[in-house]
Amino acid sequence: MKLTSRHLLGLDGMAKEELALILDTAVSFREVLDRPIKKVPPLQGKTVVNLFFESSTRTRISFELAERRLSADVVNFTTAASSVSKGETLKDTARNIEAMKIDMVVIRHAAPGSAHFLTRVVDANVINAGDGTHEHPTQGLLDMYTLREKFGTLEGLRVCIVGDISHSRVARSNIFGLTTMGAKVSVCGPATLIPKDIEQLGVKVYHRLDGIIPEVDVLNVLRIQLERQKSGLFPSLREYHRFFGVTKEKVSKAPKPITIMHPGPINRDVELSADLADSEHSVILQQVTNGVAIRMAVLYLLGTTN
Amino acid sequence: MKLLLKGGRLVDPVSGRDEVVDIQIVDGTIERIAAAITASGGVKEIDLRGKIVAPGFIDMHVHLREPGYEHKETIESGCSSAAAGGFTAVCCMPNTNPAIDDESVARYVHEKGKAVCDGIVDVFPIAAATKGRKGEELSPMAELVQAGAVGFSDDGAPISSPEIMRRALEYSSMYGVPVIQHAEEASMTRDGCMNEGAMATRLGMPGIPPIAEELMIARDVILLRYTPKARYHVAHVSTRNALDHIRKAKLEGLNVTCEVTPHHFTITEEMVSGFDTNTKMNPPLRTKDDVAAMKQGLQDGTIDVIATDHAPHTIDEKEVEYTTAPFGIVGLETAVGLCLTELVDKKVLTIVQLIQKLSTNPRRLLSLPEIHIKEGEMANLTLLDPGLEWTVKTAEFHSKSKNSPFDGFRLKGRATGIINNGKVLLA
Amino acid sequence: MNKSKTIDSENFRRTVNRLAHEIVERNIGTDNLVIVGIRTRGEYLARRLAKKIEEIEGKSVQVGILDITLYRDDLRGRLDQPQLKSTEILFDITGKVVVLVDDVLFTGRTVRSALNALTDLGRPALIELLVLIDRGHRELPIKADFVGKSIPTSFKQEIKVMMTETDSEDSVYVLDVAEEEKETRQ
Repeated sequence: MKLTSRHLLGLDGMAKEELALILDTAVSFREVLDRPIKKVPPLQGKTVVNLFFESSTRTRISFELAERRLSADVVNFTTAASSVSKGETLKDTARNIEAMKIDMVVIRHAAPGSAHFLTRVVDANVINAGDGTHEHPTQGLLDMYTLREKFGTLEGLRVCIVGDISHSRVARSNIFGLTTMGAKVSVCGPATLIPKDIEQLGVKVYHRLDGIIPEVDVLNVLRIQLERQKSGLFPSLREYHRFFGVTKEKVSKAPKPITIMHPGPINRDVELSADLADSEHSVILQQVTNGVAIRMAVLYLLGTTN
Repeated sequence: MKLLLKGGRLVDPVSGRDEVVDIQIVDGTIERIAAAITASGGVKEIDLRGKIVAPGFIDMHVHLREPGYEHKETIESGCSSAAAGGFTAVCCMPNTNPAIDDESVARYVHEKGKAVCDGIVDVFPIAAATKGRKGEELSPMAELVQAGAVGFSDDGAPISSPEIMRRALEYSSMYGVPVIQHAEEASMTRDGCMNEGAMATRLGMPGIPPIAEELMIARDVILLRYTPKARYHVAHVSTRNALDHIRKAKLEGLNVTCEVTPHHFTITEEMVSGFDTNTKMNPPLRTKDDVAAMKQGLQDGTIDVIATDHAPHTIDEKEVEYTTAPFGIVGLETAVGLCLTELVDKKVLTIVQLIQKLSTNPRRLLSLPEIHIKEGEMANLTLLDPGLEWTVKTAEFHSKSKNSPFDGFRLKGRATGIINNGKVLLA
Repeated sequence: MNKSKTIDSENFRRTVNRLAHEIVERNIGTDNLVIVGIRTRGEYLARRLAKKIEEIEGKSVQVGILDITLYRDDLRGRLDQPQLKSTEILFDITGKVVVLVDDVLFTGRTVRSALNALTDLGRPALIELLVLIDRGHRELPIKADFVGKSIPTSFKQEIKVMMTETDSEDSVYVLDVAEEEKETRQ
């Protein structure tokens, strides 16, 4: 069994067996992370470039740790401003870097489809570390891993993703991955932040937290971005917090404790209350740890096949 | 030069003729049409058995990019592309730099058309409806008509202000020239780059809602009702509901016409899933249901014209992230093939109906002289081989730009030559 | 394909018992001793040896499982991707006497990988190698400390170890595999 593609661009369209292979492989790497020497040799001699056109320290560090722990050579290319503003296109940047003989590219970029685009202009394996509002497959996988670790299986698990679904790559990757693995996925957010026809992706739509809280095992709370308010998609942070912010009081209405996830970084007491983020039912830090194991698994599976 | 077209099927919607005949052309003029003409000395004979002779095709929606964007296309390369695609005439849109919003630019474009490619392709400018296509002040329409403009449009952008649209309809009505609307309610489409709906949601792509097109058409129909002498033409209609608005307005007897592009009746938003920027155009590729509606509209006559919206962009401009890529695809060299494959071969339209939408109807709505295929008239013809199977190869396009989503498509039917203004071009 | 049974289930049991005694004898008891089996059959052997040693000495011995996939030197040359499994050594091996257990010793490359994997986990006082079958053809300077049985083989042959944990019986077969068949299997 191996992955059918030599790239990881998104969880959309990936088979159940492929997702399971990545999650199973990550179990082994999770064990490596608990060793005194957290380094194994399978990517020795391979060079990985982290091509980050959007600043994301967390994701970059997680990938970098994963790469180094697999003994790969790592190069970071980080630019806060888009390269286009400097007059160089993404294509030129990528081709230039590839000319330095690299084997794998991890790309974070603001444009949906930029990872797909990269596969057309370079020969290296491409891993999507977030392409705009499209997908963030390793985040989806680490969320699935964390849930599988906690609940044993994803089959039948009831997960609600709360927040700005329209602009969330995390939401999309979670929806694709979780529905493929048999979980029951719903989304909850203001009507203006739920994209058109999302029901066709196999999810149920809610606009009231109190309507969904009694029905779920997990709330995956998304970060709300202030820019959305400026573009008129919701009226104020105060109103958002009151009606869509997840708090201890609101989840206490559930018949049994609800597991809380968040892809980070958290706006404390905006989309998620601080006490809940730090509570025993939060798996937010496990998500971070598991992220390294998932990324090691993906790098290993893509980097060691011919 | 003497030319004898042997054994072709003459299909002429104007005269109603549909028969196999021989046509002798001397120095560009049709000298004789008869059942069997024997070639005399010095006559070049062309075997057209199994092929069709039609009145010359016109593409009333083309971006020739000159002046201002000659790296994408020039009047010469655009005419060469049109000729290769089977068109004897094109109408070019005014979004050049400077825009075609003044007599001198209109005249330049019109005259340049006569100077390139031996003048085999007629170039008719569509002038800007407003100065600089800014949607604020009317362009000098009367002068522009005198300089050769056959229609008014701010294409690429809508005429947004209802007040300006009303005045454009009123003013242009004095000259019997249509206002061609790029129907888009711009406040709803801001960052959009593909059809809004399940596919855009899946791809995380900002959407262009179909209602942005429909709202603008609905508004314009209300304006047209108020300015009944005007002629209103909807460019590149793409949604089922948009078409319904037009259908109802037509039933009501309003002066409304519309066109569809070959891509909007052939392919859907599914094509966007690989993020190929050659699937990015405005209006965007829509759903299967919309494609079916376009075919229905062609069949029932709601859609009068097929026009390409030929929009050349260089490889460097298109080989970027989807969201930053410019809108538009080239269409001149695939249009006839797509029409014959998708419409005639699949029995959506008869060959006569297709010729009406590619020649008779657009010429009529632009008040261009009718093409008469009879003895003593100048020949303005497009030759078709409806059975020829071929593969689209963008690399071989005559256009300067190769931005087409149809590279590699297998098509059945193709234009094999044109005759116009005393010139002959055969594939 | 020719197939001959070299060790039957009775012999298998005796061999394991003898090896357990040898471990205890050489190490003068089981203090500080741990057993680490290489997945998959090395793990079963390790468990059986530990059980026997407990019977002999009346003290339990810790057993760990080592997955060497990440340390293989042929990881990238293969068409199929070996399934990665976890290493499960739930104790510190630093300062311990580690008996590394595998079913068959052939080129020595697996043992090389295992030694690298082990040293990444800690610094044992001593590593001893135990194999059920030594079939020769070493490609690296590696020698076992405990050998169940030495079976000289040719390259055309294969050794098949069967254990009731996954197979129908405890036994060892020598298989004659035709060259072309072997190539397609690799």
